[in-house]
Amino acid sequence: MAFKNYILVCAGTACESSKGIALYEALEKELKAQGVEGEAQLVKTGCFGFCEQGPIVKILPDESFYVKVGPEHAQQIVAEHIIKGRQVKELLYDKEQAAGTSSDSIDFYQKQQRIVLRNCGVINPEFIDEYIAREGYAALEKVIFEMTGDEVIEELKAAGLRGRGGAGFPTGIKWSFTKNTESDQKYIVCNADEGDPGAYMDRSTCEGDPHSVLEAMAIAGRTVGANQGFIYIRAEYPLAIERLENAIAQAREYGLLGDNILGSDFSFDIELRLGAGAFVCGEETALLASIEGKRGMPIPRPPFPAVKGLWGQPSVINNVETWANIPMIILKGAAWFSSIGTESTKGTKVFALTGKIKNSGLIEVPMGTTLREIIYDIGGGIPSGKKFKAAQTGGPSGGVLTEEVLDTPIDYESLQAVGSMMGSGGMIVMDEDDCMIDVTKFYLEFSVDESCGKCSPCRIGGRTCYNILDKISKGQGKMEDLDTLKDLAQAMRKASLCGLGQTTPNPIMSTINYFNEEYLEHINEGKCRAGKCKDLMAYTIVEDKCIGCTACARVCPVNCISGEVKAAHVIDQDQCIKCGQCFDKCKFDAILKG
Amino acid sequence: MTATAEERMLTPEIDAFIEKWKEKPGNLIMVLHRVQEEFGYVPRQAAFEVAAALDVPVAKIFGVITFYHFFKLTKPGKNQIAVCMGTACYLKGGQDLIDECERKLGVGLNTVTEDGEFSVEAVRCIGCCGLAPVLTVNGEVFGGVNTKEMVKIIEQFEGK
Repeated sequence: MAFKNYILVCAGTACESSKGIALYEALEKELKAQGVEGEAQLVKTGCFGFCEQGPIVKILPDESFYVKVGPEHAQQIVAEHIIKGRQVKELLYDKEQAAGTSSDSIDFYQKQQRIVLRNCGVINPEFIDEYIAREGYAALEKVIFEMTGDEVIEELKAAGLRGRGGAGFPTGIKWSFTKNTESDQKYIVCNADEGDPGAYMDRSTCEGDPHSVLEAMAIAGRTVGANQGFIYIRAEYPLAIERLENAIAQAREYGLLGDNILGSDFSFDIELRLGAGAFVCGEETALLASIEGKRGMPIPRPPFPAVKGLWGQPSVINNVETWANIPMIILKGAAWFSSIGTESTKGTKVFALTGKIKNSGLIEVPMGTTLREIIYDIGGGIPSGKKFKAAQTGGPSGGVLTEEVLDTPIDYESLQAVGSMMGSGGMIVMDEDDCMIDVTKFYLEFSVDESCGKCSPCRIGGRTCYNILDKISKGQGKMEDLDTLKDLAQAMRKASLCGLGQTTPNPIMSTINYFNEEYLEHINEGKCRAGKCKDLMAYTIVEDKCIGCTACARVCPVNCISGEVKAAHVIDQDQCIKCGQCFDKCKFDAILKG
Repeated sequence: MTATAEERMLTPEIDAFIEKWKEKPGNLIMVLHRVQEEFGYVPRQAAFEVAAALDVPVAKIFGVITFYHFFKLTKPGKNQIAVCMGTACYLKGGQDLIDECERKLGVGLNTVTEDGEFSVEAVRCIGCCGLAPVLTVNGEVFGGVNTKEMVKIIEQFEGK
């Protein structure tokens, strides 16, 4: 094509909400207004991952990486970069970046390796041609015409691909169960019900590269002998739903889904099914119940869904990230894939790096990368000079990782060994301002709310644990409460029906293990060192330091600060809601927190 | 409960949707999504009509509606505020936003203001963790907000 430049604009949810669409439209208008429509091609792409700095614009071929771009910058980008070929320096992430250097030189990207996200931020996810141009559907073609089902399964086994939903079950073995079960009807299911708070890698994959999921599901269909696939996706992800629907329609049009794919005897189609906000539906059997239109309650396994799943038929269920890996493994081979990663865990992992971290965003790193590399080299460390306290992985089912384990190379086993888990890929960084009891309570509240209530260890155990934590956070805890928590955790782990109940105590056990002294402080001294547990803290005004400027009284949302102008003020402790606004406002350090 | 044609609540579009899905197994949740898309919640009468159209017991329909967080049985406010309570947003002050929002509007979570203008809910992660803390008003996302900015955002929607 004759375009001189390509302007890639991120159209993921995070960038869209930072006015990315207005930016796209402004660029479109400017290209026309300045008469250079023919010189630059404007492309809406998937997530670049660097959400903190969004909206992001990348211009090819020189790979200029513009951050925090607004519609107001469109005129300048077109006039300077497109017409005169000069970078708009003030928009560059790295202000010193010379023309011609690639965005890979940015620290955020240097240690990343993109397999799952290979097309995110590169192609326009709304056009199947762009996916095909990047070897899209070549793997499906290879599987249909050149490989037997057993060969595909052997390839996956040799590659060492394990389920990215969290449990890490070997994908090839799972498929072989379904393949070896006799049945007229089998199903392929994609779990895109990303319920873990703080994780959004599946959403970004569906938004940025929907065809990779469709292609992989069709490959599975061919391999195990299924002709129908379902994608179970959260209703809260409207953009991802739209992109998937569009992708399915285009794939049907191109004969890559539907009857006799690519002229072969293989037929396969995919439908979407919407979730409705139930975390427990991430559990396989609950997910299947939900697709069947029922309350999403788990049932005991075995039989496993691979043998007896959707409507009683053998069903392969994999998570979005697992699916997105598969076309690349087929194309590049097991040897290539298994060369990446650690002894037990091959390939890469996508993490949503969030919380108290400078470069928040979506990252993909080879297995075996250390937490220190992720948090400091990619994430840029903790903002505002605060001290790192813990990183949480695995969401409500996981645990915390502390300073002392930062150099552990991550894989499924190593994270479990230090009391956490891989989980689906949320990684939340916490600093000294975060209270571990408060965070644990947050996760417990989540799990209690999401428990389906079917089995009592989870329903009653979770609630009891929450109540104890609540007591501790209010300074009313007793030493024996810690033993009760441990006993309950043991019972829940052993006796709960599904993964939700079995893992609900994980945040408790992990924080008791690593931050026992904080529990003891709350119980014995009635003290919360982070100042998060509101019942254990108070804001008071130091009389000598207060000059009576009234700034605190004006900012107080409940008007509980009184005092004459130029005289020391007083906080009415009964009325105070401990929002901390006065503390932030005071310029004279006259307000004490503690 | 039977409704005559005049009283029917489901629109012809929903009827057409149900017709399309009727024969597919597992259609109930998809139909309920369609109903909620239309009304903003699942009205009682609509649930009865869906039961008749799909030939499933009403009890099953309410069982499903009450199991899933997404479905609502009461009418939300004209402007729907949703404060994200995913982990990243929680750590960065999501709870403060909820507290302030409740104070500002004088209603608790999952309730509608007396004038029907606003309703507030806490939602699970909406996947914009890089922008935490996040809230949405009528689906429009506002990132990196503090309590003061939130009050201004709410005021923008007042009377609209």
